[in-house]
Amino acid sequence: MAEFKLPSNSIVTKGKFYPAPDGATNTRKINVYRFDPDTGKNPRLDTFEIDLDNCGPMVLDAIIKIKTDMDSSLTFRRSCREGICGSCAMNIDGSNTLACTMAISDIEGDINIYPLPHQPIVKDLVSDLTHFYAQYASIEPWLKSDTPAPPDSERLQTPEDREKLDGAYECILCACCSTSCPSYWWNSDRYLGPAALLASYRWLADSRDDATGERLDDLEDPFKLYRCHTIMNCAKVCPKGLNPAKAIAETKKMLVQRRL
Amino acid sequence: MSWNDKRPMSPHLQVYKLPLTAFVSIGHRATGIVNTLALVLLVWALANVANGETGFALALLQSWFGKIVMFGFTFTLYFHMCNGIRHLFWDAGLGFDLDTADKTAKLVFAGAAALTAITWIVAGAA
Repeated sequence: MAEFKLPSNSIVTKGKFYPAPDGATNTRKINVYRFDPDTGKNPRLDTFEIDLDNCGPMVLDAIIKIKTDMDSSLTFRRSCREGICGSCAMNIDGSNTLACTMAISDIEGDINIYPLPHQPIVKDLVSDLTHFYAQYASIEPWLKSDTPAPPDSERLQTPEDREKLDGAYECILCACCSTSCPSYWWNSDRYLGPAALLASYRWLADSRDDATGERLDDLEDPFKLYRCHTIMNCAKVCPKGLNPAKAIAETKKMLVQRRL
Repeated sequence: MSWNDKRPMSPHLQVYKLPLTAFVSIGHRATGIVNTLALVLLVWALANVANGETGFALALLQSWFGKIVMFGFTFTLYFHMCNGIRHLFWDAGLGFDLDTADKTAKLVFAGAAALTAITWIVAGAA
C-alpha cells in the first residue's frame, strides 16, 4: 500500500536564512533542501538570497554560487553543465529537471530546490541511486546475439531498423523520469520505472538483438512493467525530450502481439 | 514500498507540482472507486423501488440530496468512460505525444461535462 506521508525522520524543518550581500538590488530567494547525516537531525529548508547581477543564468550557476560564496558545505552532483551527463538532476520548482539546463529566468517567484523525490538521501541534494542503477542493470542493457559478429565489419542494420532506436537510445540515466513517477514512488521495490523500461525497449526494438523473447518473458510480471498507468510524468520531465511512456506502451503491445 | 532505510526520504507529493495528465490519472482511479460505491447505492435503491416499496429509497432518489448524488455519479461515470476510451487509444500505442496527451486530458473533462449536461437535459425533458 502506498505511503503518502513522509516518515517522521524525513519531515523538512525550517532552516537558516542567508541574506544577499549589501548593495545587491536584483535578488532572488532560493530555498534549498539540506540534510546533514552527521547531526542526526531532520532535513531542513535553507533560504539563500542571491544577487542575480553576479550570477550565471542557470539554476546550477546559482547553486554553485551558493557553494562558493555563502555555504561551502552545500552538497550536490554536477559535471558537464550542458545537459549531457545527467548528474545535476533534482526537483526544481516542483518538477524534476537538470539544474544546468533550467534557466533561473524561467521560474517565477522563490526557487524551491529539492533532491529527486522519494529517494534515500545521502546528503543535501545527493540521493542514493544504487537501486535505480541496479534496475537498469537488471534489464541487461547489452546486445545479445546468437550469431557471431562479422569478422571484418559491424553488425549492419537497415536505415529503417536503425530509426526504430531513435528516442530510445539517447537516455542519459539522470533519473528525472523514474523519480517523477508516482507508481515508482509507491512500488519502486518491484516496478522497474520509466528509465529502465525505456532502456529495455531500446534492446527490444533493436533488429540485431536475438533475445527479444527472453527480454519479454522477464517483463511479463504484474509489477515490473504493468505498474505503468500512463500518468505521463516521465515524458513531461525528460530533459532529453524522450517519451518512456510510449516505449512502455510499445513493450506492452509486443507482449500482446506475440500471443496472437 | 516499505521504507526500511535509516536515511530520510526526499519529499515527493509534498513538493511535486503534478501536471494535468497526472490529475486525470488520479481522477480515473477516484471516479472508478466512486462509480463502484454509487452503483451499489443505485442498485439497492432500484431494487427497493422495484419491490414496490415507495418509501425511503424513492424519496431519497427524488430528494435534492439524491439528485446531487446522481448528478455527481453521472459525471464520474462519463469521466471514467471518456478516460477509458483515452486508455484504449494508448493501448494501441496512439496519443503519447505530450501535446496530444494534454489535449485529450482536457477533452476528458469537457466530454464528461457535456455528456452529463446532455443526460440531465434529456432526463429533465422526459
